Amino acid sequence: MIPFLIYVAIFIGAFFVVKTIAQRSAISDYGSLKTVTFGDESAVTPNRAASIISILTIFLLWGMFTGSALLPKFLHAPGPFQGTETFEYTVQSGNERDTATVTVVVHPIDTPTNAPEVEPGDGFAKNDSVAIGMWRSGLLRVDRNDELGRSDGAEVIEINGSKVAPGGSVDVGWGVVNISDKGTPNIIPDKGWQMEPIWLPAPEAVVTRIGEIASAGFRGSTLWEHLGYSLFRVVVGFFFGALVGIPLGYAMGLSNWFRGWFDPIVEFMRPVPPLALIPLVIIWAGIGETGKIILLFLAALWIMAIAARSGVSGVKISKVHAAYSLGASKAQIMRHVIVPNSLPEIFTGARVAMGVCWGTVVAAELVAAEQGAGMMIMVASKFQNTDIVIMGIILIGVIGFGIDMLMRWAERLLVPWKGKG
Amino acid sequence: MSGLSIQNLSMRFDLPDGGAVQALKDVSLDLKAGELLSVLGPSGCGKTTLLNIVAGFLAPTEGKMILNNHEINGPDAERGMVFQQGALFEWMSVRENVGFGPSMKGMPKKDKAEIVDHLLDVVGLQDFKEKAVYELSGGMQQRVALARCLANDPDVILMDEPLGALDALTREKMQSLVLKLWKETGKTIILITHSVEEALLLGERLLVMAPRPGRIHKEYRLPFAEMGVDADLREVKKHPEFAVRREEILGMIWDMEEEIMGRTEAAT
Repeated sequence: MIPFLIYVAIFIGAFFVVKTIAQRSAISDYGSLKTVTFGDESAVTPNRAASIISILTIFLLWGMFTGSALLPKFLHAPGPFQGTETFEYTVQSGNERDTATVTVVVHPIDTPTNAPEVEPGDGFAKNDSVAIGMWRSGLLRVDRNDELGRSDGAEVIEINGSKVAPGGSVDVGWGVVNISDKGTPNIIPDKGWQMEPIWLPAPEAVVTRIGEIASAGFRGSTLWEHLGYSLFRVVVGFFFGALVGIPLGYAMGLSNWFRGWFDPIVEFMRPVPPLALIPLVIIWAGIGETGKIILLFLAALWIMAIAARSGVSGVKISKVHAAYSLGASKAQIMRHVIVPNSLPEIFTGARVAMGVCWGTVVAAELVAAEQGAGMMIMVASKFQNTDIVIMGIILIGVIGFGIDMLMRWAERLLVPWKGKG
Repeated sequence: MSGLSIQNLSMRFDLPDGGAVQALKDVSLDLKAGELLSVLGPSGCGKTTLLNIVAGFLAPTEGKMILNNHEINGPDAERGMVFQQGALFEWMSVRENVGFGPSMKGMPKKDKAEIVDHLLDVVGLQDFKEKAVYELSGGMQQRVALARCLANDPDVILMDEPLGALDALTREKMQSLVLKLWKETGKTIILITHSVEEALLLGERLLVMAPRPGRIHKEYRLPFAEMGVDADLREVKKHPEFAVRREEILGMIWDMEEEIMGRTEAAT
């Protein structure tokens, strides 16, 4: 909730700050003279400043709530309590009362620490000590070393001088001490607002982990091998999908018989999510490369077939007529009119298919794989290696984005006439 | 016999709802080589159907067409076509568009380049040779379409409202260009239009068609196309006969429209 509120505050605050700055350096292009912008889609362009601040904000929040070393200390959200503190407890046994001190050492989880030696002190209640990891809590049988224990009818009745009954709790300043129903103090040091690294590691931890895995590898393969395997599967699966799907789509766009024959198959297979095919493909082809490539082939096939089909149907009849009356043969019309005219559609289909394939390969690797980006994060999650999981997600996102950019670039280069017909 | 002969052309087809349409009924027409015929009529009179049949894109149910002593069946390079718009190949440059016909025939590069250069000169697009067609204005695109058609050296040029999508000024310029090309190349041209003025200006012969069923209503022989080859088209329009003809034909088409409206109203 608090991170969300901070996020909203930055969103609104940045808007006004950027607006004030932008007004000073006003642009005077055509768009700036438009008075009607609400509802004019062409007047809405992404605000670059907003994009940059948006990304920075995500990292800022991430850093704030993980206590990142990349951020100055004052920006950190309150962290969990760390250090040594004490509290006093008072025990009553019959008419006798005694007070003793508990020393609590709260230490980082990854540096094991022993409870410190303390003087037992006088009276029948003896001083105790305990070591608790940060973000953890600890039950402490304070009576265990006392002369009069629970079995003797001794009961904890006060913590730091405040009366407390079983089930109650007392704030000791650096945390809370609960008394369990049986009368055992449960020490809960302040957890702060920061996330524990096993839930969300700091950004620099993820970066370090990328470096580590890139050099040392993970589960017998380097990072590049994992990503390379995933990419290789996508490229091969997509290649075969396009190799079969595009001619199939053309045939469906050019012949009644093909259209009639394959329409039911394509229309049925299209809405089946490729993920639903994973179990069947594993049964048939196992978890090796063949299975993955068959899966991706199936994911790309229908998309490419439909793209090619609609590319052919989208040819303006006047272009075909013009080509015929200019003396072109059927083969020439195919090559010089239908194919170039359908290329924009095919590229759009290819972009979609690549995106779907990338998603599918990761999912398939999550289920079962020897190598691959999905396998990497799946295995890491089993060992609570959240940093590897986050690293994997980021890399998967970056690669997916990269594939899309590459396809767009190829599209601009190869079919500049898109949408110009 | 040189020229185009259309003999008793009829076309009738069934509709999915069980009815039938008589798109054309008994259309006959003889066109000598080098004649320029404009075809006018209200929508639904079958003028585009007629053109598509002559082009070979549609088969008539009755009748036949003879061009230079052989029967027409199917599209062929001997009958070039100019469409209203959007029929250029946007994946090709202006030069490639104009050279499309010769390329398909497998003409040697040098000969092709000569033809393309000459035609681009004629239509005034020499400077736009390497541009993509979608970078050109509507009028220029139609110039490319004309050049592309001429590059194939067809016997007959069929124009389906080639200037329909242009603004009035560009349209007038293009009308002059069509007349100029007609005179220079001596091609037989059939031009379909919605505009009475255009039909009068460009039609050496003018065919008014009537709808339901599509048929020839009246035919004119007009002097204006010949006049317009050398004169300013605005001068031609001032000719007293021009105004008379225009009013006459407008009245004719109005009556047809009224009749159609009356028939649909009676039907409902």
